[in-house]
Formats: sequence, structure tokens, C-alpha cells
Amino acid sequence: MYWNETMETMEPARMAELQKNRLQELLGRVYRQVPFYRNSLQKAGILPEDIRTLEDISKLPFIYKQDMRENYPYGLFAVPVSEIVRIHASSGTTGKPTVVGYTKRDIGIWSEVMARSLTGAGVTKQSVIQIAYGYGLFTGGLGVHYGAEMVGASVIPVSSGNTSRQIMLMKDFGTTAIACTPSYALYIAETMRDMGIVPQDDTAIKVGIFGAEPWSENMRQQIEQQLGIVALDIYGLSEIIGPGVACECLAKDGLHIFEDHFYPEIINPVTGEVLPDGEKGELVLTTLTKEGMPMLRYRTRDLTTLNHKQCSCGRTMVRMSKILGRSDDMLIIRGVNVFPSQVESVLLNLGEVSPHYQLIVDREDNLDCLTVLVEITDNLFSDEVRGLETLEHKIKGQLHSVLGITATVRLVGARTIERSEGKAKRVIDKRTI
Amino acid sequence: MIIQQISVFVENKPGTLAEVLGVLKENEINLRALSVADTADFGILRMIVQEPEKAERILRDADFTIKITPVLAIDLEDRPGNLYEYVQKLGTAGINIEYMYAFASIKDAKVVLKVDDLVRAKGIVNGDDPA
Repeated sequence: MYWNETMETMEPARMAELQKNRLQELLGRVYRQVPFYRNSLQKAGILPEDIRTLEDISKLPFIYKQDMRENYPYGLFAVPVSEIVRIHASSGTTGKPTVVGYTKRDIGIWSEVMARSLTGAGVTKQSVIQIAYGYGLFTGGLGVHYGAEMVGASVIPVSSGNTSRQIMLMKDFGTTAIACTPSYALYIAETMRDMGIVPQDDTAIKVGIFGAEPWSENMRQQIEQQLGIVALDIYGLSEIIGPGVACECLAKDGLHIFEDHFYPEIINPVTGEVLPDGEKGELVLTTLTKEGMPMLRYRTRDLTTLNHKQCSCGRTMVRMSKILGRSDDMLIIRGVNVFPSQVESVLLNLGEVSPHYQLIVDREDNLDCLTVLVEITDNLFSDEVRGLETLEHKIKGQLHSVLGITATVRLVGARTIERSEGKAKRVIDKRTI
Repeated sequence: MIIQQISVFVENKPGTLAEVLGVLKENEINLRALSVADTADFGILRMIVQEPEKAERILRDADFTIKITPVLAIDLEDRPGNLYEYVQKLGTAGINIEYMYAFASIKDAKVVLKVDDLVRAKGIVNGDDPA
């Protein structure tokens, strides 16, 4: 039921004491070892010893994704690169990815929180888990992988894609648990229907741990009905560690944040003020134990609420609600973070002036698809079909290399993209999740 | 003879062609020749008009994306093989025809060619350049 009962059911006062001690230790460490933090604390007029209680954390400055970009690639590491055993990266807004580094101990912590997540979802040594997240620079695949191995489950590291093969393996290998994005789970269900496979009869699948994109209760019901499983939400982000920052237990009543490692706050995204339990705001996370690249009050831009009441599962770990939205314009498309500004940077490369553009995100056959409409300009226009097709291919190729996903590019007539107050509406998200 | 062709970007959806032609009609621009190249998503409307500068200004004012391209217009004898002779000569001279469109009236026929070497092509067609 629990992977680490001591931590997962720790009495709140003891947990707060542990967090305070870890926070103080962390502050001393980053102040000594990371010039960025030393500067930002000095600028705020704070010394590590000024933080005497856990509540004092609200005096500390925030760190933003922009800071990671400005310190690319290793500027925020708190250890020499020789101590780093793993590097992951996520897509950045300007073409440069956001880099994260892990020490051996960090990988151990990550495996531990993933093991807690999976155990809470009912995964055991007897389970056969199919990991259909991408493996590679993206944290999804390897993150779940290490946790599942720690639990002792039989791991099928199939990675993402090739759905009919996924289904074949699921049948033949006796998969009992699957980890992937929720939209991919629905796509698998649909493909099974097309193949005449009834998951309840033809497979042993019982539980799915789904994350890397926001999803709703409605989508949970669809997945549970269509696959005949329990569908649970897992939350994480590479900046903090990857998947396993928080995960639902079988009570499905919020995601337990593994707060002995990741200290959460909810803030008003405009004023930065810390909000009480139950109030919706932006999630801010502090990595209390991470060595490689500690994050002090990282602005996740994800909107949620916190709940410190004990869960019916017995865990005392604070719960966050499912993600309720974003406090910036980031889109999550097939689990990949996409900012409209990335598209703009690609289009700016085409000439002196960026043409007007619009991102249309939709879900076809349960898979996210991105269409980029680009208003043709006199500058880009060619009187030859080949010229315009070459332009479309060029934009598509550059978008793929910057975003990491394939987009459909469509040239449209001048002034056909809807403007509001003179500015083109940048994003139309037609997905209902 | 080298003449100015106006190309207009048109989206492949109902009514877009009518929009362009409507603007030309309102401004009494007479079309001499026209062709449309299209793909699934968009088309390129290519036109020869009597007053290309005026047409250009009017279409730009109406927010159309346009391009002016010099093209070669050839007067053909209305008999079998005449177009072949010209195309054959250009081909032999290594001149690439990027696209072309033709139109015939009762008295005569004309063809409009977009080529990669306009000046040489003109010479060949006029018989100034033996190719």
C-alpha cells in the first residue's frame, strides 16, 4: 500500500520540522555553490540564516524558466559536472532546451518518488508495466522506468508510438499496468476497438498512470470505461525532477505531493502572495533534497489548489487538485510543451517581418494535432506552386526542430486571421478534455 | 514580347476567386488571360490585364497578396504545330519553362510562358537568337 510508510504517513508537525531543516540546509548549499542563487538572495537582502521557519520561505525570491535559459546549459548546477550522472532537457521557448542535471543521489530520489507513485497506484513486484512514454531527453520514459524497477515490477520499456505493436505486447506479455499520456491511452483504446480487441477480455491491464498533459474527470471516465482500468493522474516537470512530483492514490481525490522532497506553495500569480489551502493559484515548488540542480521557489505556471487534510488512503502528504490551467500561454501538445513565441521565432527567420500566424490545436482520433496558419505576405509569396510548397515544407521542418513535434502548416490569405484589437488571436485550442 | 503578369494568392475555399474578380470588375479592369494553379489548400491566380500597374495598386489596396512577374507572351499562328516549334526551340536552348497557359480567339492564339531566362527566351522566340 505504501512504499515509504514513515514518510508518506508522517505526522504533519514532524513533516514541517523535516522540511524546515531541509530548506535551511538547501539554502546554505545553494548560497555557497550557485552564483545565481547567491546573487538573487543578496539582491533581496536575505542571508540563509534569516530563514528560521518554514513560513519564512515566502521571503525568498522566485526562480523562473527564463532563469534556466539565461544560465544555459549548466549555470544552475550546484555540483561539478563530474558529479552529474544524467542530463535531461525539455523544449525551450527560443530553440535552446531547458537543461536539468541529476547526481546519483538525485536519480535515487527520483526512483523513490516514482516507486511511491506506482505503489500508491497498486503496482507491485507482481505487476507487468508497459512504459509508453518517450524515452530520451524527455523525462517521462526513464523516470517511470527507474521507479518501476525499484518496485520490482517487470518493465516493458516500449517507449511511445507504434500503437498496434503496443497492443500486441500488452496482450502477449500480460501487461497489468501502463504509463503514458492520457490522450494516448484513449488512442490505444480506439485502436483496440478497430482491431476487435476487448481489453477486459483479451488483456490483463488493470491500471494506468497517466500524465505529462492536463486532463479532466470526464476523460478519466472515458479511459476507465473503454480500457476497463483504474486511471490515475501523475504530475511532474523536468525542472523539478520529472514524473513523480505528485501522484494520485487509488482514492482519486487529489495528487499526493511528495513533500519531503518537493515543498509546494500556491501563490497569486500576479502579486506573488502565498494563498491558503483550497484557493486556486500557481504552484511553486522547492526541491528540498535535490543536489544536481536545486530549485528554490520555481514558478511552475500550473494552476491548482492544495489540501493538507489527511487522505482516506492514510497518507498525510499534501494533495494538489488536478491541474486547472496555466498562468502563461504554454500549450501542452502530445505531452510536449509548446509556446506560441517558439512559432514566432521560426517565422521571424523567414524574413524581416514575422507574418501573422495562428496556432490551432485540436484532437483528432484522441491525438493532439497542431496546425499553424501563416498569413502569406508579398515577401513570401511566389507565383509558382513549387515555391509556396517549398515554403510550407521549410516552415514545417523548422517548427519540427524547434518544437519537437510535427505541425501542419497552411498558408492563408493576407488579413484572414481574426484580429482582436489589432493583434492576431494567436491560439485556438479546440480540445475538450 | 515581355509583359507583366499579376499573380494573386487565393485560398482554396468557395468565394475567394469571386472576391478577386469582383474587385477587378468594380474598377473596370479587363482580363486578357488567366490561369489558376492550385493545391489542396491554396491556389495562385495568374492574370494578364490591360493596365497592370492600375490592377496592382487596386489589388494591394484591397489587401490581396500579389506579385508582378515578367513573362513572355507569344502570338501564335492558329495552326497545328506552331506552339510545338517554339517550345522545341526553347528546350533545345536549355531554357526551362516553369509554367505556361494558352488562349485562342477566333482570329489568333496566344501563349504566356514563365521561363527561367526571359531575355534569351525572348530572343529565341523573335528569331534574334539562333539558339
